[in-house]
Amino acid sequence: MDAVINELGVIIYATLLYTTPLLFAALGSCFSEVSGVVNIGIEGMMTAGAFAGTVVAYFVGNPWIGFLCGGLAGMFFGMLHAVATVRLGADQTISGTAINMLAPGIAIMMAKALFNGSSDTVPLDPSKKIPVLFAGKFDTSTVWGTFLKNVVSNYAIIYLVFLAVIVVWFIFYKTRFGLRMRACGEHPQACETLGINVLRMRFLCVCISGFMAGLGGACMTMAITNQFRPISIVGQGFIAIAAVIFGKFRPQGAMLGCLLFGLCTGLKVVVGGSAATVQLVSMIPYIVTVIVLILFVGKSHVPSANGKPYIKSK
Amino acid sequence: MDKKKTLLDFFAENKFIHTLLSIIIGFLVGAIFLAVMGISVSEAYGRLFQSVFSSVKSLSYCVVYATPYIATGLSVAFSFKTGVFNIGAEGQFVVGSMSACVVGILFGNLPSAVLIPLCFLAAAVAGALWGMIVGFLKTKWGINEVLSMIMFNWIAFYLSNYIAGIPAIHNEGTAEATRNISENARILLSQDTIKSLGLCPFSNWGIFLAIVMTVLVYFIIQKTVLGYELKAVGFNRSAAEYGGINVNRSILTALAISGALAGLGGALQLMGMGGRISVFSSQEGFGFAGIVVALIGVSNPLGVFIAGLFYGALTYGGSKLTLVGAPTQVVDIIVGTVVFFIAISCIFEYIKYLKRTPKAEAPPPIPDETPGKEADE
Repeated sequence: MDAVINELGVIIYATLLYTTPLLFAALGSCFSEVSGVVNIGIEGMMTAGAFAGTVVAYFVGNPWIGFLCGGLAGMFFGMLHAVATVRLGADQTISGTAINMLAPGIAIMMAKALFNGSSDTVPLDPSKKIPVLFAGKFDTSTVWGTFLKNVVSNYAIIYLVFLAVIVVWFIFYKTRFGLRMRACGEHPQACETLGINVLRMRFLCVCISGFMAGLGGACMTMAITNQFRPISIVGQGFIAIAAVIFGKFRPQGAMLGCLLFGLCTGLKVVVGGSAATVQLVSMIPYIVTVIVLILFVGKSHVPSANGKPYIKSK
Repeated sequence: MDKKKTLLDFFAENKFIHTLLSIIIGFLVGAIFLAVMGISVSEAYGRLFQSVFSSVKSLSYCVVYATPYIATGLSVAFSFKTGVFNIGAEGQFVVGSMSACVVGILFGNLPSAVLIPLCFLAAAVAGALWGMIVGFLKTKWGINEVLSMIMFNWIAFYLSNYIAGIPAIHNEGTAEATRNISENARILLSQDTIKSLGLCPFSNWGIFLAIVMTVLVYFIIQKTVLGYELKAVGFNRSAAEYGGINVNRSILTALAISGALAGLGGALQLMGMGGRISVFSSQEGFGFAGIVVALIGVSNPLGVFIAGLFYGALTYGGSKLTLVGAPTQVVDIIVGTVVFFIAISCIFEYIKYLKRTPKAEAPPPIPDETPGKEADE
């Protein structure tokens, strides 16, 4: 029994940890998709954030400044995507694909320039990583103490991301801004006739999505690991997009999707086992997602104007 | 509207010119990054071109590298033409190459004339099935294809790793890979031909199959009723349905063909170059490269073929850049910039619009977007 409780605690710990980067990126993706811009460049924006976060934290020494810069680096590529797709009416998939090539290319190249030709950054000291909350507050000599330590004492960003879900939910459904944003994704022409500046709205939303994706990337390299490597971000961005579609383009739904993927990654890390089993276990989250979609979710309503460039005057 | 054609019109309408300009800008941006890093641009680009064009051997390397990219590029281009975005080419490629590998190992005693077609068939069928599952989920339960493709890319990834570990397939040695496929399943040119022409040791027949695939895709899209129906569905789903086209069947067919092309790409890579499949630690990206190739080739089969060669050459040339101390990632930056500028090639339309309507409510100025400045610097 004790062993079970212990294992459970570790799994919850790992789940929350691996959910965080996905959830930041997914919340960002919600903004962009709901306002009507497909942002497939999330993956690249996460890589930019992952790189900028660790590098700034390494040189400045403050993890939170690094974390913020991770977001800003993501936002830079978000702006690039916004300029192309919103201002110039470019194809959103093409622009996103370009960013998925550009951002990792630039990040790895800069890593090589800064760290004597190594594509990995120097590992961060624990003091430069995102701090762990409630560290050492629990009596680990008892089973329940260990359990509580595993569940409660975790990196600060985990608390931050769930707070962000609430804030984003509030913005989406309880503010005028959120209503207008969602309207832009459904019927931009109607919005324009009501005096909403569709282009500005979308531009802002794509920038926000880049910022959040950058934060997600920084979580990966500043908490889960302690350095940027070319394989830091491999597919998390696409998983985040998948979680958003899974959650029917709603922040609370995206959270469930991310928790599902986080749980599966966590299980994989905790259970381990022989090589063949790991491969089969690793497959489960994706199969489960498809089954859940078939059984419970079904058709998700894509914002009507999603993916269509909005050109004023046409 | 019957004004004389201006230079601007020429730029606005000619897709080939867009691509060419984008490529030039791509190299310029790459040069800026090299210069910022303190690497001699002429030396790096010199090495890049030299390692591509210096000999028959290097050129043949580029062709070998390009072959699977052409296949996945065609796969994605075909899906674009039919209104689906096949982000799942990655997974279809993986199941294709794994199927060819299993057949190539287990039936290794069959003569080449039987085994090679069998391997290609296995790859095409596996890729097509992988694509059709997604199509089936979409048509039967309305599940978003982008989502399920991302899922099936990962399922393929782990499935391939699992199969590579099965004792009958797994390498006897220490390598985390499958056994080598039978020599009968390889499509390499004969050693004599390779020696006498001075080609690279991996030179293979694959490029000819890629040519056949290119012609076939062109033919299907342009000259058949099937292609017409698929394009109609891609262009306007409701109108196609109203016109009596079975939309669901069209989506399934499109994804099956697209998947088969990507699967064949996997077989080409395996039988031409790899010879075995390693246990992956991360996705290899042939399918994602296919998206890039399809975009540079503006989804036109011939364009995709040329874009595939271009991408193959850059990949091969880029791998030699480390010799002069330049990071290979400069190739990613070049290609990324090319794709970005192809995306915003509508900028010419935009300038035209500005010129035609000088007094209209002027859209905001185009912000400066040199990707040379990183936010965190």
